[in-house]
Amino acid sequence: MGWLLALPFLIPIVAGLLALMARGRVWLARAIGLLGCAALLLVTLGIFIVVARHGPVAAQMGSWPAPFGITLVADRLSAIMLLVTGVVGISVMVFGLADIDRRRERQGYQGFFQLLLAGVCGSFVTGDLFNLYVWFEVMLIASFALLVLGGERRQLDGGIKYVALNLVSTLLMLTAIGLVYGLTGTLNMAALHLAMSEVQQPAAINTLALLLIGAFGIKAALFPLFFWLPASYHVPPVAVTAVFAGLLTKVGVYALIRTFTLIFPADLALAHELLLGMALLTMLTGVLGAAAQYEFRRILAFHIISQIGFLVLGLALFSPLALGGCIFYMVHNIVAKTNLLLISGTARRMAGSFELAQIGGLYRASPLLATLFFIAAFSLAGFPPLSGFWAKLLLVIASLEQAAYWVVAVMLVTGALTLFSMSKIWAGAFWKSHPGDGPRLLHAFGAAERVQRLLPAVALVLVTLALGLFPQPMIAFSEAAAKELLNPAGYIDVVLAGRSR
Amino acid sequence: METALAVLVGIMVATGVYLMLTANLLRYLFGLILLSNAANLAIFATGRLTRAVPPLVPEGLQAPAEPVANALPQAMILTAIVIGFGLLAFTLALVVRCYRELGTLDANAMRLSEPPAADEEH
Repeated sequence: MGWLLALPFLIPIVAGLLALMARGRVWLARAIGLLGCAALLLVTLGIFIVVARHGPVAAQMGSWPAPFGITLVADRLSAIMLLVTGVVGISVMVFGLADIDRRRERQGYQGFFQLLLAGVCGSFVTGDLFNLYVWFEVMLIASFALLVLGGERRQLDGGIKYVALNLVSTLLMLTAIGLVYGLTGTLNMAALHLAMSEVQQPAAINTLALLLIGAFGIKAALFPLFFWLPASYHVPPVAVTAVFAGLLTKVGVYALIRTFTLIFPADLALAHELLLGMALLTMLTGVLGAAAQYEFRRILAFHIISQIGFLVLGLALFSPLALGGCIFYMVHNIVAKTNLLLISGTARRMAGSFELAQIGGLYRASPLLATLFFIAAFSLAGFPPLSGFWAKLLLVIASLEQAAYWVVAVMLVTGALTLFSMSKIWAGAFWKSHPGDGPRLLHAFGAAERVQRLLPAVALVLVTLALGLFPQPMIAFSEAAAKELLNPAGYIDVVLAGRSR
Repeated sequence: METALAVLVGIMVATGVYLMLTANLLRYLFGLILLSNAANLAIFATGRLTRAVPPLVPEGLQAPAEPVANALPQAMILTAIVIGFGLLAFTLALVVRCYRELGTLDANAMRLSEPPAADEEH
């Protein structure tokens, strides 16, 4: 079991290092990248099946018993996040074959892409707070490299803002970790759950909670800490934006969920109220920011922020249904958002620009691409029977249960404005005619490029459709995961081998 | 000793934040370096500070005779220093590259990725 839990980060690290060494030979680096992504998908699927059947599993690295060594642990939340990472990884990898230019590949794109996946997967499986910090850094440095790779002026400008603000986040996290250790004497998350409930210093606990909300809030792009995202997400090649949009901010949300369900006591009212306020403002500012944009990719980038609000809302409401909704929303959102960005990349390739004023006619040029966009976009806006509808429905029911009517109102307004932005893209890029001599047809590209661009999008749309048309298994799984989060006795038992009480 | 370190950390954070509030990227980076070292010192202080007491257990005893410093935070700081060094070196390289390509270090003048709307300019 131990090896299985280490594989989600070992595979991408090995593949990443090999691909970096082979970067001069593009075909070899590509083969290594593809193999790595395929192996990662298989391993994450394996972990998902094991965890779904038997509940949480843990492994102690170097055979040091917890809480002294580094623990790897996968519960239902980790397992589903790993699986989604595997799916997004291979989809964007295949899309990148067509989207990334040779020059960037020779500079090591494939290697950094794998290292990014390693950081993301490591964050999801670790059961140790300091180890989480290390994985965050792995992810961060790989994302820095991917963001500025190619060295265009626009990339440098967006990149420096991304780097500057994200470094602040890691410093806050590091300080908080040091203080947690000073307060409790452990950094193992399961042991922290027990130790924190015995700390009789509410001021210290509140300080730590605020520091961590600051640190993970910057990562997750919560209001008012999100300004790095709209400055940087639209500057790299679209494959990079897609993998960032799918995974990076979600790791921040995952870390928030993990710390506030497992580490801090469940009755931390201050943090929950703060998170609720931030979530609502994030939803509104994100969607309003998107409404003000007239560029395909920047609209989508601003929408990431708005969706993060929904996820954190699920955490802030802190009921089994709300957390279940949050997990369902996360899976739905990662798949739909990544896919929309992939589609935007193909749309730009055909129509020549991201500016909605300069493109058009894509519906006539490729009904297939239009259908893919339509399904993913309307799922994002929460139209029945697509996956976004169920995700929002769960959150709405959870808010109604707590009589939080104004929360429901904000959610519905955000949904309506999301629809507005998606319709704007639909009308601007797909429906109206092209201002120039029309977009290039898909047939103008080689067969390989067509497959590389469309296959991932079709696969991700199928996932969205499956989640929407047959939501019951995923809803049941999300609720089981939420119960596990709110009652972490099982998690603690596997980590500390029965020493939970 | 803890008090002295706490004051020192406070001064470093204050100086760092002051530097980071300017629009100049190089100053921002220096602020970040101060902040990063302040964080390391804070962790150092959480591991108990003792003066040259070796963490040795005398024969016949189960624990050291007097309080010794915890070695784990120090190990964590070493990790954090290495990671921080890498990140800050990368950032410095990026700042230099930005200066060469964009011709300025003034964050307010860097509007390439988010160009101001046309009607904002006049």
